[in-house]
Amino acid sequence: MSAATERVLIKGNEAVAFGAIDAGCRCYFGYPITPQNEVPEALSTLLPEAGGQFVQAESEVGAINMVLGAAASGVPALTSSSSCGISLMQEGISYMAGSQIPGVIVNMQRGGPGLGDIGPSQGDYFQAVKGGGHGDHRNLVLAPSTAQECYDFMFRAFALAFKYANPVMVLGDAIVGQIKEPVRRVPPRDAVPAEDLATLAAPWRMEGFGRRGPGAQPRLLKSVYLAEGALAERNRMLMRKYESMKADCAFECVDTDDAELIVVAFGSIARIARSAIRQLRAEGHKIGLFRPITLFPFPEEALCALAPGRRFLVMEQNTGQMVEDVRLSLFGQPGVSPASVLWHGVMPGLFIGADALRDPMLQALKEK
Amino acid sequence: MQAQELDALRPAEGESLVFDTNPVLNERPTHYCPGCHHGIAHRLVSEVLHELGVADRTILVAAVGCATFTYDYFNVDGLEAPHGRACAVATGVRRARPDSVVFTYQGDGDMAAIGMAESMHAANRGEKITGIFINNTVYGMTGGQMAPTTLVGQKTTTSRAGRSIGNEGGPIRMAEIMAQLDGVAYSARCSLHSVKHVREAKKAVRKAFEVQLQGLGFGFIELLSGCPTNWHMDPIAANNRIAEAMMPVFPLGVYKDVTANVEAEHA
Repeated sequence: MSAATERVLIKGNEAVAFGAIDAGCRCYFGYPITPQNEVPEALSTLLPEAGGQFVQAESEVGAINMVLGAAASGVPALTSSSSCGISLMQEGISYMAGSQIPGVIVNMQRGGPGLGDIGPSQGDYFQAVKGGGHGDHRNLVLAPSTAQECYDFMFRAFALAFKYANPVMVLGDAIVGQIKEPVRRVPPRDAVPAEDLATLAAPWRMEGFGRRGPGAQPRLLKSVYLAEGALAERNRMLMRKYESMKADCAFECVDTDDAELIVVAFGSIARIARSAIRQLRAEGHKIGLFRPITLFPFPEEALCALAPGRRFLVMEQNTGQMVEDVRLSLFGQPGVSPASVLWHGVMPGLFIGADALRDPMLQALKEK
Repeated sequence: MQAQELDALRPAEGESLVFDTNPVLNERPTHYCPGCHHGIAHRLVSEVLHELGVADRTILVAAVGCATFTYDYFNVDGLEAPHGRACAVATGVRRARPDSVVFTYQGDGDMAAIGMAESMHAANRGEKITGIFINNTVYGMTGGQMAPTTLVGQKTTTSRAGRSIGNEGGPIRMAEIMAQLDGVAYSARCSLHSVKHVREAKKAVRKAFEVQLQGLGFGFIELLSGCPTNWHMDPIAANNRIAEAMMPVFPLGVYKDVTANVEAEHA
């Protein structure tokens, strides 16, 4: 791609589609839902051009199970949806986690519960980071806050999915999905080549045993373990795997070195908070931002390192979800002593500006 | 039966072998109840895969129910689908690996109740997969509850007074429904209750795979099967029930065969 064409003006949703293709995704299965329809719309032409498969499924249930089948075959597979559609996918996501099948699920959150509205929300945080489906599983969760990150994080999502043989969710929202901004369509420096994904899949993928050379035995990918103790052993192994994911924790710190108050926010709200923080900094306030990029695993060590004597203000577009993980991180370990943890929620469906976050930040700065 | 016991049954020198084990099926006892027809259905599918020479590129998508452990018996790559979703999973597999042979093996609860949407839509898209549908008019593994195929008047643990059309609706006829979808290349209903019917069933199973190999579309085969345990019958009575009670409601036959049309056009 030439330098002239590598910067494109696209929506976050379209950046997801370009990122997926460039990261090696060759199968997309999905069902239309606002506000993420640009993802399937773009991929319906991009994927066939790249020799891949695009199927508009009959439902979100069908879509995630097609992802399960394609990913079990070792092919990078993607679905995307929004909130209520993601709820329908939870069964398949649980089976993928149980069978150790990778796959990427993009959730451009909308307001809920129920049908809610089509505006932005971060109300699916719990569902995303605590498993969401039945049976004690975890998803790796990445939270982009710009269209560029929508592109870049698709590489990371497929790499992590194949590294851990586990579902990865990219948790955006109506703002990051619909925002249109310049995106550099160039693979990030740490991008894992698609050939490496194939290598990671070689030990388990379904392909027909004849493809594995003479003497190869049939393979089985499953999540059912009925013999006494077998599931216990399996789940202990999965638990260790979830624990090992901490190696891929990611976060961003802005102006935290001398900050008295640290705002903790992710996704779109983090980006809006950053604007407010920049203004307050210019006015002389010692305030900074801690932005978790992986919501699971939660970057608790990095957060705790900032804790001693500081106040934290969690800002999120829901009725209080990530604040629980912040409190668990900061108060759950000896020797970590933050001054306080405050919370400010923006309700779903509201498109707020930096001004709306300024007052709660000023209030928190005053509460010394 | 252990391998050494099987060896003991093999012919001595000079004896001729008329029936042997099949390399696509494991030499191990199944967990199915006495008189259940899953074993016969497994045998037919495995023989067809062997004869077509495709087992080494076949991927089995197993369902939920008595046949969950299908993959313990077939010597092919296997994958487990959530309840009802086998045709969606198979869609993903076949789309990702267009050179593979993919089949689902599903009971009536799996394919015609919880998985009706996934089954219908995969068939309608003409996915190049083969759906093996075991119709025994009851939920077997969970203990004999009503299925979409339960006959009118049939008593089950969830239709104690007998299924009534007014309350539970009538039995769903999958082979006929499948035949109406554009993407279906072959749809047939056979029975496993007698030797003659088993022979006919094998031809149909083969056809259901051949249309996949020829890239013509979805191959569907419904197999009327017995469930002596949940019907509370001995195996002979169960076989008789298939002939006397099931076949009038689920007529046997080929409901669609696009290869017949192709042959007719070329005739």
